[in-house]
Amino acid sequence: MKNKFNLFTIIIFLSFCFIIFYKGLDNSNIYTPIINDKKDIPIFEAKDFNSNAYLKSEKIFDEDFFYIVNIWASWCVPCRTEHPLLMELSKNQSVKLIGLNYRDNLNNAKRFINEFGNPYSQIIIDSDGILSVEFGAYGVPETFIIDKKKKIIKKFTGPINKEIIEKIKLIIK
Amino acid sequence: MLANQIGYYSLILGLLLSVLLCGVSIKDINSSSKQINQNVLSLSFLQLVFVIVSFLSLILSFINSDFTNETVFNNSHTTKPLFYKISGAWGNHEGSLLLWLLVLTLFIFLFLVNSREQPKKYRILTLLFQQIIIIGFFLFVLMTSNPFNYLFPIPIEGLGLNPILQDPALAIHPPILYLGYVGTSIIFSSSLAAVTQKYVSKEWGQHVKKWVLVSWIFLTIGIMLGSIWAYYELGWGGFWFWDPVENVSLMPWLTLTALLHCIIVLEKRGDLTSWVVILSITTFTLSMCGTFLVRSGILNSVHTFANDPARGIFILIFLFFLIILSLGIFFLFHEENKKNSNNFFWLSKESSILINNWFMMYFLSVVLIGTVYPIFLDVISSEKISVGPPFYQKLIVPFLIPFLLFMSLGPRLKWIKSKIENRNSLIITFIISVILTFFIIKNLTTDILFYTILVSAALFLFFTTLKELFMKKFNNVSQTVAHFGFSLLILSILFNSILSSEIITNIKIGEKYSYSSGEIFFKKIEEKKESNFNSIIAYFEIKNENGKIVELSPEIRIYNQPAIITSEADIKTTLLEDKFLVMNLVKGNEYFNIRYQVKPFMVWIWISVLLLSLGGLMNLFKKRYEK
Repeated sequence: MKNKFNLFTIIIFLSFCFIIFYKGLDNSNIYTPIINDKKDIPIFEAKDFNSNAYLKSEKIFDEDFFYIVNIWASWCVPCRTEHPLLMELSKNQSVKLIGLNYRDNLNNAKRFINEFGNPYSQIIIDSDGILSVEFGAYGVPETFIIDKKKKIIKKFTGPINKEIIEKIKLIIK
Repeated sequence: MLANQIGYYSLILGLLLSVLLCGVSIKDINSSSKQINQNVLSLSFLQLVFVIVSFLSLILSFINSDFTNETVFNNSHTTKPLFYKISGAWGNHEGSLLLWLLVLTLFIFLFLVNSREQPKKYRILTLLFQQIIIIGFFLFVLMTSNPFNYLFPIPIEGLGLNPILQDPALAIHPPILYLGYVGTSIIFSSSLAAVTQKYVSKEWGQHVKKWVLVSWIFLTIGIMLGSIWAYYELGWGGFWFWDPVENVSLMPWLTLTALLHCIIVLEKRGDLTSWVVILSITTFTLSMCGTFLVRSGILNSVHTFANDPARGIFILIFLFFLIILSLGIFFLFHEENKKNSNNFFWLSKESSILINNWFMMYFLSVVLIGTVYPIFLDVISSEKISVGPPFYQKLIVPFLIPFLLFMSLGPRLKWIKSKIENRNSLIITFIISVILTFFIIKNLTTDILFYTILVSAALFLFFTTLKELFMKKFNNVSQTVAHFGFSLLILSILFNSILSSEIITNIKIGEKYSYSSGEIFFKKIEEKKESNFNSIIAYFEIKNENGKIVELSPEIRIYNQPAIITSEADIKTTLLEDKFLVMNLVKGNEYFNIRYQVKPFMVWIWISVLLLSLGGLMNLFKKRYEK
């Protein structure tokens, strides 16, 4: 009798665990590091992609918009997969996309933009990768959201997907 | 190309052999002969060969950078050094599962060869249970994570192996860890077989102890290698972070350690049978559970290779199938030995081992709750929390005190009924430890009372085992060595955490930075090109208070594929302390952020773990169990 009771409780418990783990699998696992204290965007000077002129950071982020900084490169395969989503995002009026071209060959990068379209309102060149490190990037691609107070409020490592686009849209509303 | 095909078809043949083996051995189970049909042994060997062939062909594809193979494309690159091309074979999800299979088949074959004097039915049943696991993994590999997927059009270049995994300690960490981790499968299978055959006895204890020891030794060393890697590659200067992945390897270690002690009781006294069986089942279940947690992507960590829900569901269902199967068998067949069931005299070796078990169970539940609780909470209330080191430290460290005291006294007790001998010398040792600790600790920390008790408990174990090593007649050396290693481990960890110091600052070339007990001088940097990364090497001179100069040269590596920047710490190790320096780029080119740490007794942590496993090894090669 006691044995049967034990068996019964164990089975109930195991089924509970099974359900939890099963449900847990559905949860999104996109790794978004929690940014506790909202970081200011770094102050920098960088070359413009088209004009080759030097731009100051305050010039780039001077309007009352949400900004999205996207680190990309023509040699980066995942960047190609996220590009159509960025194109879609660029249609949104309340946000400006800034492209940060990471350690790239300028000709290849231009060809990439011609081929896939330009979602960015501005592209700046980070030829030695230092600017990306200052933003706190781990690799390419990576996407940062900057709020109207010019603070980095969120970052996404790796290529963005539909789910992240929805999240971004919620934030910039 | 060809290697791909060979590898894939060997896997399928291996799976077919599993089915064939099950058929042949079931037929053999009722035959009249005393020994297992020779065919069973040959088939098992053949299966092992097929898995080895498959594994070798994956390695070959990696060496040749054959990008028609999806796994190679995703995890390799032509410019990677040969050594890391090879280790890349198991540095990814698909390849590491192949390694699982390799260990599973290797162990069952070795088991069959080494168990000829055991009852035939028991051997066959062990084989059958193991084959259930093997079939499960074959199906898992072939259905959800085939390492030989064909890629077309053929890419010119691969995506590369994550640079932080390109490290010698990490290259050998998976095989060693898996020998222990997956090796527990044979304990699982054989205990299920023993339960069904009502063979959980002294003889079985003697025979299965070897396997427990082998798994335990490999698991211990495997965990240590992972820890060493984390220490110098992750650049945080710590060696244990209570990361879910580390926990997942620690949990089977705890149950396996408890099992190791129970087996001794079973072997000598034919007792604690339920403990032994339950622990055998739990250990392997925890290994499987760990694989699930890590591989399904339900947890985030360095080891989470891919987030494919199909994989998660497969392992989850298989895991619960195994749990239900084993519990069902346990409840149906297991009979507790009525004659002398757990009714031990309070002061005896048996009771002390039982106490050890309960401690292990406590530590296990702390680690288990800390690891899975965030998942439960996320599902039930969609609240995201992370359980950090303070949780584990608060719950585990205080309990180390009674644990260490019992560990000093327990092994001195005799079987059945005992009294503590040499009481006076023990008391004197204890008093010496307390006084010694007090004088050491007094100036080091503010929390004197707590640390005095804790450190003196560890020191007490240290002295008692040391005394045994030098004075006694070496009647149980293996155990003394292992326990001595453990006391050394706890002592090194404690002093390491109390005495560590750290300096973080920004510095540019040619600059000097002075702090209370020394000076850091940034001499110069050099740039270097390697085949798969460019590196910036910085040269530092660190002067301590005695004017002694140590040169350290940490490195920043910029890997080309995938483009990742890593910081390589430079560590100078001496017997007394490690000097650890790591740097990062900041603010343009001029300034570097450096972190300089002095970590006392670091090397003793590794040495003590080695001693711990040496104890296990000595026991394994001991002819007969001593008194």
